Amino acid sequence: MTADNLKTGLYDTHVSLGGRMVEFGGWDMPVQYPEGILAEVKAIRTATGVFDVSHMGRLYLSGPKASEFLDWVLTGSASTLRVGRARYCLICNEKGGVIDDTIFYRLAEDRYLLIPNAGNRPAVVAWFQRWIDERFSPGCTMEDVTTTTGLIAFQGPGTPELIDKIANDQLSAMRAFSWAESAIQGSPIFVGRTGYTGEDGFEMLVQGNDLVKVWTALTDAGAAPCGLGARDVLRLEAGLPLHGHEIDEETSPIEAGLDRFVRADAEYVASDILQAQMNNGVQRKLVGFTLPGRSAPRAGYSLLDQGETIGTVTSGSYSPTLDTSIGMGYVLERYVEPGTVLDLDIRGRMVTVTVTALPFYTRPRRT
Amino acid sequence: MSSPDDRKYTKEHEWIMIDDAATNSAVAGITHYAQDQLGDIVYFELPKVGDNITHLAKMGEVESVKAVSDLFSPIDGVVTEVNEKLLDHPELVNEDPFGEGWLIKATVANAAAIDELMSATDYDAFTAAS
Repeated sequence: MTADNLKTGLYDTHVSLGGRMVEFGGWDMPVQYPEGILAEVKAIRTATGVFDVSHMGRLYLSGPKASEFLDWVLTGSASTLRVGRARYCLICNEKGGVIDDTIFYRLAEDRYLLIPNAGNRPAVVAWFQRWIDERFSPGCTMEDVTTTTGLIAFQGPGTPELIDKIANDQLSAMRAFSWAESAIQGSPIFVGRTGYTGEDGFEMLVQGNDLVKVWTALTDAGAAPCGLGARDVLRLEAGLPLHGHEIDEETSPIEAGLDRFVRADAEYVASDILQAQMNNGVQRKLVGFTLPGRSAPRAGYSLLDQGETIGTVTSGSYSPTLDTSIGMGYVLERYVEPGTVLDLDIRGRMVTVTVTALPFYTRPRRT
Repeated sequence: MSSPDDRKYTKEHEWIMIDDAATNSAVAGITHYAQDQLGDIVYFELPKVGDNITHLAKMGEVESVKAVSDLFSPIDGVVTEVNEKLLDHPELVNEDPFGEGWLIKATVANAAAIDELMSATDYDAFTAAS
């Protein structure tokens, strides 16, 4: 921790709960609470848990050219997104590398909320401002409200029932990837039916001075405080990429297997490169793999075929939900078929791994 | 939590105590502080029975959900037993690092060398300062 790191409005709450604070993306954030990562993962998979994700950015894009602007800088379409809905997609540089991945919400015909990752917010803001100044000013303006608001992720199979007890509206009726406005104990919330855990859940944007009140309402109702450690295990089990690991400025969404979030039929930043990759294929692709036992693959470890390095691990962990070790990594295109057997070099120890279709974990559908 | 004063400690957060003076047999593990820093432990790579281990040389690895750390031998000796329970229940080290969660037993080459290690008081002062 350094004095230079940003702190969310819940910093003191995390410390008083016994959260272990670490630097992440320029912020001091809890990696875990005293119950530990495994207990936190279990809470999210079986009940409810709550994350402070206020380190993630909150950007409003507004104006008559806001849709046109987002259509240009995003791989997904903004103009065809209905008001009331949200969408996941990528922000690419001119080489087709991923500056960030994001969820954005259409608030009105000419107004959007976009959530960049914590550490990428400065790069996204600079990139957006460049394009606004070059092509879309004065028809599109950007407002960064990250430091005056907070964001809470409330996740787990028990969230619909629990949120209806504490919010003013029946939010359990919301569809996935939609948003609504409501209130918890008098504090206004902007809530999306979204998340990064592979479970059902809600993400809530609140005013900075309401953050502690809304968080406490959720934990008092039984939600387990969860840290970044559990969040990383959960997203990995769900096969979701993390920027800086599976995706970065040198990696394209097509290599990462994110084709379905990339428009094939429009012109936007790097569209020619991405569409050529979609049509012609790429040399390396992201795969998931499993290995027996609990020793985990870690980022940077090599994947080999008959002694020859053919890939690199981007993320890995012991998966408590599946009780086996799992990983993701890039391999040469001919090794992507599920069932392919490869060797993993765990600090000099060779272990056999099996390429597996992603995601590793899919939540049970409830009827 | 203060460390038990019936044993000795290293700066690498291992503990060791003689459990049978007649045979120079000692038992060793990692400290409460070490397991707390690691978080949920999921895997151990331990030396095998018969392996020679050397004071402050790597003797194995411990993995938690978030990290991998080397284990260092507190003494010179020969491994006589490893805690097989940790294969299926590595969490024993989180739950009871000074008891059920011991790692190995070894015949120590020189029992007097154990006395050179840190006392519980010194170790607790060391971790409080780090």
